[in-house]
Amino acid sequence: MNDDILNAAEARLGLSRRSLLQFCAAMAATMGLPKGADAAMAGAIASGKRPPVIWMHFLECTGCTESMLRSEHPALDKLILDIISLDYHETLFAGAGHQAEAARKAAMAANKGKYLLVIEGAVSTKDNGIYCKVGGETSLALLKETVADAAAVIALGSCAAWGGVPSSAPNPTGAVGVAELITDKPIVNIPGCPPIPYNFLSTVVHYLTFGKLPDLDDKGRPKFAFSRTIHENCERRPHFDAGRFAQEFGDEGHRKGYCLYKLGCKGPETFANCPAVLFNDIGGGSWPVGVGHPCIGCTEKGIGFNKPIHSLADPLYITPPESYPRIIEEQGQGVTLGSAATVAVIGGLAVGAGIKVASNLGKNRPNDPSHGQE
Amino acid sequence: MATRITIDPITRIEGHLRVDVEVDNGKVSRAWSSGQMWRGIEQIVQGRDPRDAWTIVQRICGVCTTVHAMASVRSVENALNLEVPLNAQFIRNMIMCAHSIHDHIVHFYHLSALDWVDVVSALKADPVKAAQLAESLSEWEGNSRHVMTDVQNRLKTFVGSGQLGVFTNGYWGHPAMKLPPEVNLMAVAHYLQALEIQRYANKIVATLGSKTPHIQNLAVGGVANPIATDSQSVLTVERLLLIKEMIDKLGSFIRNCYQVDVAAVGAFYADWTQLGAGITDYLSVPDMPLDTKCTRFMMPGGFIKGGDLSTFKPITSYSDSYFRDGVAESVKHSWYKYSGGNGPLHPWKGETTPDYTDFQDNGKYSWVKSPTFYGKPAQVGPLANVLCGVAAGHQPTVSHLNRVMDIAGKLAGSKLPMSALHSTIGRHAARAVRCGVVHENLQASWQALMENIAKGDTKTFNKPVFPKGEIMGVGLHEAPRGLLSHWSVIKDGKIANYQAVVPTTWLAAPRNEADEQGPYEASLLKTPVADPERPLEVLRTVHSFDPCLACAVHLTDKEQKTVVQVKAL
Repeated sequence: MNDDILNAAEARLGLSRRSLLQFCAAMAATMGLPKGADAAMAGAIASGKRPPVIWMHFLECTGCTESMLRSEHPALDKLILDIISLDYHETLFAGAGHQAEAARKAAMAANKGKYLLVIEGAVSTKDNGIYCKVGGETSLALLKETVADAAAVIALGSCAAWGGVPSSAPNPTGAVGVAELITDKPIVNIPGCPPIPYNFLSTVVHYLTFGKLPDLDDKGRPKFAFSRTIHENCERRPHFDAGRFAQEFGDEGHRKGYCLYKLGCKGPETFANCPAVLFNDIGGGSWPVGVGHPCIGCTEKGIGFNKPIHSLADPLYITPPESYPRIIEEQGQGVTLGSAATVAVIGGLAVGAGIKVASNLGKNRPNDPSHGQE
Repeated sequence: MATRITIDPITRIEGHLRVDVEVDNGKVSRAWSSGQMWRGIEQIVQGRDPRDAWTIVQRICGVCTTVHAMASVRSVENALNLEVPLNAQFIRNMIMCAHSIHDHIVHFYHLSALDWVDVVSALKADPVKAAQLAESLSEWEGNSRHVMTDVQNRLKTFVGSGQLGVFTNGYWGHPAMKLPPEVNLMAVAHYLQALEIQRYANKIVATLGSKTPHIQNLAVGGVANPIATDSQSVLTVERLLLIKEMIDKLGSFIRNCYQVDVAAVGAFYADWTQLGAGITDYLSVPDMPLDTKCTRFMMPGGFIKGGDLSTFKPITSYSDSYFRDGVAESVKHSWYKYSGGNGPLHPWKGETTPDYTDFQDNGKYSWVKSPTFYGKPAQVGPLANVLCGVAAGHQPTVSHLNRVMDIAGKLAGSKLPMSALHSTIGRHAARAVRCGVVHENLQASWQALMENIAKGDTKTFNKPVFPKGEIMGVGLHEAPRGLLSHWSVIKDGKIANYQAVVPTTWLAAPRNEADEQGPYEASLLKTPVADPERPLEVLRTVHSFDPCLACAVHLTDKEQKTVVQVKAL
């Protein structure tokens, strides 16, 4: 990258060129981008206007925004001062009432067709959407208004992605995710309750670097974050494979860090990168299974806030395959892309086998020589 | 002539709030507070396993994350008479304390400081003078002239870019803004530093709670954190050391930065110690338990009548019938209906059936119910907490309060009386005082956990067993925004009824059964409004409560002649 751009970035962002390049390298690595992507990214960030973002809150708890407050690479101040132009956001906006409204409308008009729309929260559809109003307008009306001139939509968090907590039975407000209402715009779903902030930041940086959204799976989720189940990256997976389970909080197995499957862990049926990226930048073990609590499947429709915590999961993958590919086997597209669909098919095929294996798992193995040993 | 102004939405709060006020001769004469969102969480938990409720109700709020989870497990434990192992109490205490610290810091710097601090004015400041001023106030490490110069340069570049983002259409240059440019620059520097500091508090919450927002380490009967110092994959000594490091970093910021800045804002805006008192009946509950049965606590709580500390009546345990029997909720002015008519209901008998009518000035106008304590509205929150602490002779509260009042008094040039606390500024001061107290509790809980482990106690969980038939419980928590109570009725091991009476329900309440105003509404009366088009003063008082919902504010014409709709969105 040329020096002028880096010098300009240094002055504008108050960020040394080393930090900028490190940030971009980390982002590129998170997203599994090819070599050279970090330089393209740094160039996009360093030069030009900050891309406008309009952020709407509907049936929500502000947890997704709070999640951004905890992000460290980059931190929120860098995000809103230097990387994007956050032109409307209820929680952070200095002005209120008609001042805020005016700012949103002006930003929408000035950036017609170019702004990124972030939706936090589900949309209430029951009774004409009266259960959520902002400035006298229902969330339903506001979604349609703001989406009309957006370049793309990021449905942030489980509520916006598929309805989340408010859509849990009996779904009193008719809460639905954005994609159920909007079909004519590119939408990225980033579920999670709350989502990992880096899944959002990586998507934004991808968009403003390459001018397009990252590859998505069949549920509209970025493949860089949702192409594997929790179970596949779980540090406790060896205990599962060896049949070592915690049976109750605080028992011997729990204290030894055994698998939480029998406590109801939904990792085997939940797609997310929690064990790979972790939470709050504090190093190993900083995610639910890491501290000793089963995954509740908060990213996954039909699982999070639906299945009881302590009910057994239906594992999508049960056992290692009969045979393995040769080590020198040519690599195709890699594991992530397109495999979500395949996974679903495999998952479907495995259901019969799954019941059998799951029932085997229910048995204690007191004589298993591996049991009780570290 | 009076003017009606609607500010909708109120920004820099959690959720969707609408407040309506009438302004007559430059002062607020009537006010309405209206919650604009309902998700029916109480309906969603009905019929579910009581062990699952906390994960769902925690999502009531992502800003006050952790608090609804805590109140929920306590509610079920209270119904079961289930003791909580000491280790679990200390781990919970640390999470509650660290979350409170994060919440208080973010509230002051990121959600309310922009009501008092003119960001644009900071561009005119002399950074050297700003540094001198800041260094004369405290030993905070982020006060050097290099820091102030850097911050100002960054701000200049940002404003120069023409893209003001979240600072667009702020109240810059408003006649009610009174800080000198140097103080504004110091505040902007601390606004940015506080973004980093609050993450230390969150690292504590996440180390124990697995993530934040929305922790996932609780269980009815204890916590899911196993304690085994010889194991690799649990709460190890290394993790406990990480927490200790964060505790120390937070302490320095609270003492040298947060409490000092609040005192400075209080001194420069001394007139705001005369405004915004509103309801002066104060209610809080004790918290940070020291035993397994929740009968001994680090922080006291109770009730104070009419702002008179001598009337203090303590609440002594989580089964104290004085508290339990005193709470009821009215829906006369809320968008709900009760099956047996409209009289107030005790939360165990509470109902949550929507009955939307649109905004009616004299009828129903909010999704928030109106709770009362023995028939009267009450103010909850850090101010109630601090006043109860003083009334109970709680030493840490008294010493932090004296410190903040002394700094403010020195800057203002005269000693501030205790009565100054019953005000808009008083609520900010109390929050900073409570933050210091809670930090001491955090330290003490860490120490207590280490000592208990040293004794060989590794218990973290008591298994709940649900009986046949009906049981009832209440879970109490003195949350960052004040008294929180979750009321559960459990039948044959399933939730039969669930009601959450949250701090913002007490504070943002619409009129009650006797048509008395809630605390927001009452506190807005007589607030001066210099420019009805930019009703900054209304925001100051509303923000001082740290609202946690989505509402709207209207200022109304008495004769209904000129209606200025200050409508957002």
